[in-house]
Amino acid sequence: MKTLALFSPIHLYRVFHFSHFGVLWGQDALNSNPAGIDSDHTFQGTIKSDPAEVRVVQDHLESLLGLVAVGGRDSFCVKLGMEEALVNAVKHGNQMDHSKTVTVFMRINPIQFEAKITDQGPGFNLEDIPDPTDIENLERPCGRGLMLIRHYMHEVTHNETGNSVHMVRRFNQPEE
Amino acid sequence: MSGQPHRRRIEVEEKGDIAVVGFIDKKILDEQNIQIIGEQLSELVDSEKKLKVVLNFANVEYLSSAALGKIIALNSKLKKANGKLVLSNIRPDIKEVFTITKLDKLIIIVNTEEEALKKF
Repeated sequence: MKTLALFSPIHLYRVFHFSHFGVLWGQDALNSNPAGIDSDHTFQGTIKSDPAEVRVVQDHLESLLGLVAVGGRDSFCVKLGMEEALVNAVKHGNQMDHSKTVTVFMRINPIQFEAKITDQGPGFNLEDIPDPTDIENLERPCGRGLMLIRHYMHEVTHNETGNSVHMVRRFNQPEE
Repeated sequence: MSGQPHRRRIEVEEKGDIAVVGFIDKKILDEQNIQIIGEQLSELVDSEKKLKVVLNFANVEYLSSAALGKIIALNSKLKKANGKLVLSNIRPDIKEVFTITKLDKLIIIVNTEEEALKKF
């Protein structure tokens, strides 16, 4: 496994830590890696509940995508899915409470991208989220993030509490 | 919000009584910029009394659901004031975002600015 030292001088105050993902993810996630551990690039970091920090993670994501030469459609889908998941964690999960953090783990290889994003909020129940495409909800200005994540990622799972999302996008797949 | 004037995040060109709005940012993702875009779009209707608005997305490569919220708010505001919003020049990746969320049923979307101007 190759880990990236994706620090930039202005962000050194953050606690970015790299760990064996078997510890972080558990054995199931480890087994789901079809490309083999040696071709993985991973990133793990903890950010404050500030939308500006989302940009920092997205910059690191851009670097990861460049390392395995992911472009075009897959790049767009991964970036949009991550944007929505990160903003959800910061805004809806942690309610922008600066005393709370969001933990981000990303792993990429030539086959797929996967990420786990965990906030310190109370979580949510999927069934409580109104369908934004229902005619009575169409004019609501929010509530579309989760829908976009599900569209742009091939696998999306939440933990039981609802404060952690794991998502996967496989590259070069035919569009459904 | 602070009393500091915000840098404009939109460019407005008047074509007759139609306001054609372009976006400065290629990526409409940053939370603060989205807030400013929302305010500047609202001002078009509230202060400048524009009732016919075209949003030209030619410059936009990415946008998030937070940005969609501002477009929906503008559409609602214009509808209430008996105005109209038309979107144009949206690249396929972004148009898909409107299709998935079914906002293409709520807001008029056309291919070119020329077509958009004919919608009024």
